[in-house]
Amino acid sequence: MFTKFYYNLKDYGIPVSMNEWQLLLEALESGMAGSSLTGFYYLCRAVLVKTEAHYDRFDLAFASFFGDIESPEGLPDKIWEWLDKELPEQEITEAMRLNHQQLDLDEMKRMLEERLAEQNEEHHGGNRWVGTGGTSPFGHSGYHPGGIRIGGSTRNLSAVKVAGMRKYQEFRTDETLGIRQFQVALRKLRQFTTRLDGARTELDLDGTIDRTCNNAGRLELVWDRPRENGIKVLLLMDSGGSMVSYSRLCNQLFTAVNRSNHFKDLKIFYFHNCIYDWLFHDPSCSLNAYTDTEYILKTYDSDYRIIIVGDASMSSYELMRVGGIIEWGMHNDTPGIEWLRRLRQHFEYSVWLNPIPKNYWDWMEGVFTINKIAEVFPMESLTVEGLETAITKLRSRQAVKMG
Amino acid sequence: MSTTKLLDYKGSSDYIVSDELRNSVNIAVALQKPLLIKGEPGTGKTMLAESIAKSLGMELIIWNIKSTTKAQEGLYLYDTVQRLYDSQFGESNVSDIKKYIKLGKLGEAFLSGKQVVLLIDEIDKADLEFPNDLLWELDQMSFYIPETKETIAAKNRPIVIITSNAEKELPDAFLRRCIFHYIAFPDPEGMEKIIAVHHPRLEKRLLEQAMETFYMLRNIPSIQKRPSTSELIDWLQALVVGGISPNKIKQDLPFLGVLLKKNEDLDTMLNQLYGKTQNKTPNVKNNAYNRYRY
Repeated sequence: MFTKFYYNLKDYGIPVSMNEWQLLLEALESGMAGSSLTGFYYLCRAVLVKTEAHYDRFDLAFASFFGDIESPEGLPDKIWEWLDKELPEQEITEAMRLNHQQLDLDEMKRMLEERLAEQNEEHHGGNRWVGTGGTSPFGHSGYHPGGIRIGGSTRNLSAVKVAGMRKYQEFRTDETLGIRQFQVALRKLRQFTTRLDGARTELDLDGTIDRTCNNAGRLELVWDRPRENGIKVLLLMDSGGSMVSYSRLCNQLFTAVNRSNHFKDLKIFYFHNCIYDWLFHDPSCSLNAYTDTEYILKTYDSDYRIIIVGDASMSSYELMRVGGIIEWGMHNDTPGIEWLRRLRQHFEYSVWLNPIPKNYWDWMEGVFTINKIAEVFPMESLTVEGLETAITKLRSRQAVKMG
Repeated sequence: MSTTKLLDYKGSSDYIVSDELRNSVNIAVALQKPLLIKGEPGTGKTMLAESIAKSLGMELIIWNIKSTTKAQEGLYLYDTVQRLYDSQFGESNVSDIKKYIKLGKLGEAFLSGKQVVLLIDEIDKADLEFPNDLLWELDQMSFYIPETKETIAAKNRPIVIITSNAEKELPDAFLRRCIFHYIAFPDPEGMEKIIAVHHPRLEKRLLEQAMETFYMLRNIPSIQKRPSTSELIDWLQALVVGGISPNKIKQDLPFLGVLLKKNEDLDTMLNQLYGKTQNKTPNVKNNAYNRYRY
């Protein structure tokens, strides 16, 4: 049953390693789950989950796995009253633990029902009836390994219920958050120039002092190669039309990218729906200020990281046909898709960020063009998690698929 | 695990600890793993270590991490400059290298006669590689000094508390070795308990009004730096000292600067109030869109 839970967690996208699992088993053996599902819940979470961003997934996984272990429904009101009394926490002795064999869940449910049928008064303490304290498997504040918890608060709140409350939903990284989160994500986009090549131009102060002192005071200068971020970024943003509804989101990304001053170079261009012969300097996409896409392909090194932001939703002819450009009075000799392929071929480090959530891609209006473009560029949704995945992809060359 | 007696952290009088957090602390202590604490600024991450030390009656050693901190500094420093100085001008025996080895905070914690609480504060401030450089030391609780050919091993495994503000993602290998806890922002009920510790004799009405205002401010979505517990406590202090009448808190929002530290946030807040009372909602969508030109 436990191993199943491990795979269940993995299915929900929680990266649990064998070491951590081993640690959990160790902890369970030494009785640290405090004999309750709630204790188990907190123990698992503390040992297995390493970021608050995964708390919600953990809650979901836990609820789905232990969901059917709930206190039986339809308990008579009277029982709730009996249980409505708070007792001080009980000392758990070794003897008490030995006294109790783990009961089978089904058997326990059956026993509980029987006892509910027989019992007709309040019980506190004792080891048989439903009540507070005591060591009967039923009720709260008492101790029975694997007993059924009925009511009570905090330490008595059913773990499944705690999980069901999903308090940590807002920390999910696949939800879009703020500029700060984007910035943190972008900060990972860096690649230091290695210390192995380049000129030694920086005085290594510590090294110099160490060597000099070791030489008993004869000065010896130590030089080192400076480390700096060598990443250059080219940001291409779709502006206009269908993108207006995502402007807040794009704005946040834009601000975050702009504020990230750790790139060696950052260039930003705009396009409308699809990229053709021109890349524009401002979001209005007018022919007053533009750079030829051809020029960019020729002059920008292929180690520029390309981040394209766009919803990739357009009419199929805009992408596939000669002259398909949506702008009145403009004409393209090469279909948009061809331009995209050329960009992709030249810039091996490139991703497409789509503000449309991933699970909508297959049934949005632009499903055809979304899929077509996703064949060319690795596409991620514009969320913190999507951006993180995108950035991992930007750090290594992505195989170019040419459809 | 049976060699150490089971320690039970129950919280201390000046620090309110949630059941969840107390649980995590006890798990980390029992499993002898470092406890990594994350949470919004001002939720008492650093205070936790103080409270643990106090409640378990142990000494607290704090290692404050800065952006320039290297892992080595926590272990030991070899003071070559002093040795050079001594060799030229001093009389002491410079062949005894041991004299020039100065233990860092981690080394100090290892060599302490009693078990101590070691707080590694704001680990995310340091370089990305910093946590990785400490993996072995935190796992084995020992390190080797090549200059003296000595191994410093922990006499008593210290209880290690690590705090992080999530400015940088910590490496996976490091995370795998920690017990993790995220301090959630306290709900109003928990908050009242916390306030009661700091301001035991607070007028009930004042508290109610201040809390309502505080949570209202926190719930404005566009605010960038949401006010935290410590700011609320300071604000209450200011309200008491300033002798503000409880009825005026919500209307006048006195000493707002204590709660909102960013100009933009003050603007947003005033904008919202202004918008609400005067019914003058600016065309937000347009504004936002225009900002993305630069």
